[in-house]
Amino acid sequence: MPAASPAPESRAAIVRDGIGVGVATGLYGTSFGAVAVASGLSVAQTCALSLLMFTGASQFALVGVLGAGGTPMAASLTALLLGSRNTLYGLRVAPLLGWGGVRRVAAAQLLIDESTAMAVNRPTRDLARAGFLSTGVAVFVLWNAFTLVGAVAGTALGDPRTYGLDAAVGAAFLALLWPRLSDRRNRLVALAAVAVALGLVPVAAAGVPVLAAAGVALLVGVLSRRPDPTEIPPTARRRPR
Amino acid sequence: MIWAAVIGAGVGCYLLKLAGLSIPTRVLDHPVAERIADLIPVALLSALVAVQVLASGSSLVLDARLAGLATAFVLLLLRAPFLVVVFGAALLAALVRLVG
Repeated sequence: MPAASPAPESRAAIVRDGIGVGVATGLYGTSFGAVAVASGLSVAQTCALSLLMFTGASQFALVGVLGAGGTPMAASLTALLLGSRNTLYGLRVAPLLGWGGVRRVAAAQLLIDESTAMAVNRPTRDLARAGFLSTGVAVFVLWNAFTLVGAVAGTALGDPRTYGLDAAVGAAFLALLWPRLSDRRNRLVALAAVAVALGLVPVAAAGVPVLAAAGVALLVGVLSRRPDPTEIPPTARRRPR
Repeated sequence: MIWAAVIGAGVGCYLLKLAGLSIPTRVLDHPVAERIADLIPVALLSALVAVQVLASGSSLVLDARLAGLATAFVLLLLRAPFLVVVFGAALLAALVRLVG
């Protein structure tokens, strides 16, 4: 796939790019579906999660913590903490999109990494909306369709450990983390978070070590002085292949 | 109980999105709040990687999952797409279990 140009001129080009991102992102709904049923969710619960939550990292976190024996409360808190970055994306794109009322209520569900990345840096409101909507709708439709495919396939496979699906969860988290690791401070936060979590595994209930690691983010955020804008990870489309 | 988490956290995540589109920008427009929000995914995802790969109940173990993670690391260095990374890691872990 070619890299998206910084600011494609035409609406058609933006919509085409948005659909491209939707296909790339939607396809990995298969891995979410397979991992979720491997973690003990039913097919219906897995699909409900993709429809309702619709934000990949939070979904993987919820099933990951549940699969590791964490309480539903710990799993929910982890998912919500990860979902809080969408609030910041909303602050960034709200003035660009300029939607109110019912449109805003509907658009909110489409507010994710990919739709934000494809809406910012557009020269006009019309083009920002085109980027946001085409990407958001394409990812939503395909992510949900492929979640079902992955969940049904995962159920048919039987014991997930035979196929290494338990190892796939860690790999998924590493892949979601990867674009953020190019920054030095992020790498230090990552190492500290790993140390905190692993240190707590023997003494704390399942799910707690991960939540406690969020304390590292809190501490570094308060103590560090460097100003920086909201990070929007590169989309699958923009990532070089 | 799983349903409660699915519906509760699902609706919660939607409300977090709606809040971002609805509240005035200046409410959260604080450098510290923004830094923390940027760092939370880094800390949580790192901790999730570690716990998913090394924890088994309340003990730390080295098993086929670590081979899977190493595979994912190499595939990411090679800029492989997400699906290749995830299923590549699963495949290697499965092979290690088959042999071991």
